[in-house]
Amino acid sequence: MTLLAIVFLPILAAWVPLVSERLGRNTCTALTLISPLVVVGLVLSYLPTVLQGQVSSVHFNWIPSLGLNLAFRVDALSLMFALLISGIGVLVLWYARFYLSKKDSLSKLYSMLLMFMTAMLGIVLSDNILLLVVFWELTSLTSFLLIGYWSGDTEARKGARMALAVTGGGGLALMAGMVLIGQVVGSFNLGEVLASHQLITEHALYPIILVLVLLGVFTKSAQFPFHFWLPHAMAAPTPVSAYLHSATMVKAGIFLLARLFPALGGTDLWIILVTLTGLTTMTFGAAMAMFKHDLKGLLAYSTVSHLGLITMLFGISTELAVLAGVFHIMNHAAFKASLFMVAGAVDHGTGTRNLQVLRGMHKYMPLTALLSVLAAASMAGVPFFNGFLSKEMMLTASIGIDAFGPFAVVVPVIATLAAVFSAFYSVRFAHNTFFGGEPKKTPVFPPHAPSKLMLMPVMLMVGICVAVGLFAQPLVGNYVNLAATAVLGYAQAPYAIHIWHGFNAPLFMSVVALLVGVSVYQSRARLFAWYNKRTPFNELHLFEGMTQWVVLQAKNMTNGLENGSLQRYIAFIVFLFIAMMAVALSPLTDLAGEVALTEPDFIATVASVLLVCAAITTAFVHHHRFTALIIVSVVGLMVVMLFARFSAPDLALTQLSVEAVTVVLLMLALYFLPKARVNESSAPRVIRDIIIASVAAVAVGILVFAILTRPMETISGYYLDNAKPLGGGYNVVNVILVDFRGFDTFGEIIVLAIAGLGIANMLKNQYLPLPLTDNEGRAWANDPHPVLVSMMARILLPLALMLSVYVFLRGHNAPGGGFVAGLITSVALILQYVASGVGFVHERMSFNYARWLAAGILVAAVTGLGSWLVGFPFLTSTYQYITLPVIGTFEVSSALPFDVGVYLTVVATTLLILAYVGKLTTTERVDG
Amino acid sequence: MELILAIVIAVLTGTGIYLLLRARTFPVVMGLTLFTYAVNLFLFAMGRIRYNAPPVTNMADIHTDPLPQALVLTAIVIGFAMTAFVVVLSLRARADLGNDHVDGIDKPRPEKELTEQTEEANA
Repeated sequence: MTLLAIVFLPILAAWVPLVSERLGRNTCTALTLISPLVVVGLVLSYLPTVLQGQVSSVHFNWIPSLGLNLAFRVDALSLMFALLISGIGVLVLWYARFYLSKKDSLSKLYSMLLMFMTAMLGIVLSDNILLLVVFWELTSLTSFLLIGYWSGDTEARKGARMALAVTGGGGLALMAGMVLIGQVVGSFNLGEVLASHQLITEHALYPIILVLVLLGVFTKSAQFPFHFWLPHAMAAPTPVSAYLHSATMVKAGIFLLARLFPALGGTDLWIILVTLTGLTTMTFGAAMAMFKHDLKGLLAYSTVSHLGLITMLFGISTELAVLAGVFHIMNHAAFKASLFMVAGAVDHGTGTRNLQVLRGMHKYMPLTALLSVLAAASMAGVPFFNGFLSKEMMLTASIGIDAFGPFAVVVPVIATLAAVFSAFYSVRFAHNTFFGGEPKKTPVFPPHAPSKLMLMPVMLMVGICVAVGLFAQPLVGNYVNLAATAVLGYAQAPYAIHIWHGFNAPLFMSVVALLVGVSVYQSRARLFAWYNKRTPFNELHLFEGMTQWVVLQAKNMTNGLENGSLQRYIAFIVFLFIAMMAVALSPLTDLAGEVALTEPDFIATVASVLLVCAAITTAFVHHHRFTALIIVSVVGLMVVMLFARFSAPDLALTQLSVEAVTVVLLMLALYFLPKARVNESSAPRVIRDIIIASVAAVAVGILVFAILTRPMETISGYYLDNAKPLGGGYNVVNVILVDFRGFDTFGEIIVLAIAGLGIANMLKNQYLPLPLTDNEGRAWANDPHPVLVSMMARILLPLALMLSVYVFLRGHNAPGGGFVAGLITSVALILQYVASGVGFVHERMSFNYARWLAAGILVAAVTGLGSWLVGFPFLTSTYQYITLPVIGTFEVSSALPFDVGVYLTVVATTLLILAYVGKLTTTERVDG
Repeated sequence: MELILAIVIAVLTGTGIYLLLRARTFPVVMGLTLFTYAVNLFLFAMGRIRYNAPPVTNMADIHTDPLPQALVLTAIVIGFAMTAFVVVLSLRARADLGNDHVDGIDKPRPEKELTEQTEEANA
């Protein structure tokens, strides 16, 4: 539980700064610091167990089916990182209080930093490699937000985007790698993965896994050639740079390298890939740092270089190298975070970070100068500082790497060169800023020294640098050895960190590096002159250019496919459908299956022939819209015949009534649509469409025939057997609709209602031009409502309503039911509209259809909810027989009110639609 | 009968798709109607062909599969609602855009081409 608290406490407290900012900045800082301080305390509480070499862990199931569990563990390596994250976090929060100017929101920065802290702690404490990836992505996201803190600044936005694209992309590769590891090992549990070194490294997928994981590592830790995002991330506020981009987030990649070392490390591929990348990054970063005139730019490239150094050490894979790597992680965090804070303090006090402007600042800020000289000395690797110790271990480790064979000698030479560069830029940072002549005029003049409170974190960390440099072995020696054991996966021979190892090659290399570095710094003017002559190169422009190119290509492709033509889209869909059908039907060897064919029935055959003729005619004469409409209704009637013949009386009834309503609707539509042009499509287009349609038709035909001639298995036996005993009705279709699958029906009437309301809204306050003639150019008849028709319709109305009640009531036991009855009622009412006009009907019957529609759904819903009252699931039905005098015994089922709801919804929707379309034809608009 | 039914569904599909590919809204609505018939018949056919076997337990001794019928029954009603929706959409498009082309842009073929075609037809 403590582990959970460590990880989630910061994010759970992320609201604290937001709420407390109004109480003043000091209160806000004090309250915000509580949760990280508690986390530091909790982390330290694990120190005794970790020092005994024990691993503590906690497991909760999250999504066990994916192997994703909420599992955390703490050992020497993760404890070290957790301490760095929470400890430096506290210092950075403190520092930010003094760094941010009044106009910037402190609480925004604080809450984002707290969220970031949780993400980072999650990475280092995860005991599940998928969970690790989740937190990994969270750090990318929070870092994006933090880099873009000054969201009004273009550079900040671009830098944030680039960081997200690079680290996020790497995160995807990492996820793929982790999934592969999980498949090879059979578990995502970190412990099991670490124990499967042989299984993974001997697997055929190992190179792919390694490359994917390394992509994640290298992008996160800004290794060459993915280093370019880090310098541009410096657009972030300096506390963020100090925290994310030197001490913690960029170390996440290195952490993962160390964490997975027992599983993936030590192979020749690993040694070559990781060592070379690290070596290149170290040298390249250091060289770039020499030429940066921006304090933070210099530190950014120096960070790249030091990350390369650590990467190289984990690549070399020997016990000493791993130990040095672990040690340097701590040292680098300490001196680099202090240097960033110093840079921020200088920026704060002078208004600039430009090394071409800054000179002799020690006069104005002596304490800052002292601190930065000490920290820079540590970075340069001056003896008696912690940086010296780990750098010398690095130089020792770089000598004689077996995997490089005869080229092994190159590594120490290049490493020494990088150390020269490192000495150069360290000297420049301290000397150029604080000494080197009289102060020039800075934007803020005279510069003011940062407050002692602001420098407190720097003092603390520089103090650590010095203390560790002098008394490394007693202070941290034991712990570094333990952490190295956690990385290596076995107990190595203990190594004692000493300043003095006698006169040996690494000492010689260190001294050479320092001396050469300082002497080159003396003649730096010539170096900068040479640098300025080369053509400038900006990765940001390159990256933005590439991004825009990709977007442009995507846009072109989209525009090429999508030209806004519905015809083309439908053709694409049909094409895809045909292709999928072809794939699905290709294994079919015989068209006909083993089931014997049914005898052709005379009526059904005649209906089929008529139907086929009518359908084809419709396609041919679709320019003659009225004719086509009449013929389509023939198709519909033949479908009714087929339903009736093939034992589906309910379907036949429904289709018949729907048919009537549809034809009325289409007639109304026809009234408004403009006259058709003859043969509008070109001949090639018509031929193309005929081919597409025919191929689709043949595919469907084959599919239907193939299915119908093969045996089937149905689940309907249950419904047939239980319709009467459980549902109380003989008509199984109706019982399914209102009882067994009542919830589906409920959903369907809601769809119906939504369609109706949508139509009503689309037509609200619409005025369509009323055509003076029909499509053939004939004038309308003088008498729109012939007396004979309207009289007949009035006589029919009560009969039709009675029929619909009959059909409704018998629906449970014989063909009929709410749907059919509703449609019959609708047809009867629509007949009144057609025969006597909208005005006539509305004078006599002023229903608000939208309300009736709502009532219908409400009735259905309340019926369903009723079963809750008696403790049954939604829409459970019951029935009872009631005997009344005269009428006799009949059955009352709770499904009946539900069917009433269906009935009401169907009637209301149908009339709503037709009344709205219909009233467009009249000059008197009847809204409501 | 299976063969005939397969042909029926195939023809309905083919004519439906052909009309769906037309450029004016009214044929598209008709195509949709035909295609709806095809889909409903297809779903219904999955319960196989049976004569005189309605799924009403007190009316016959053998019963055809009631499940596809229940599915299709609601599909018919919703199909009507959808057709109505498309019809109204086309009316609204007609009102707002002033034409009945499916893309909302009236792009008739050049008059010259049309006259040539008419002449060919007349010849």
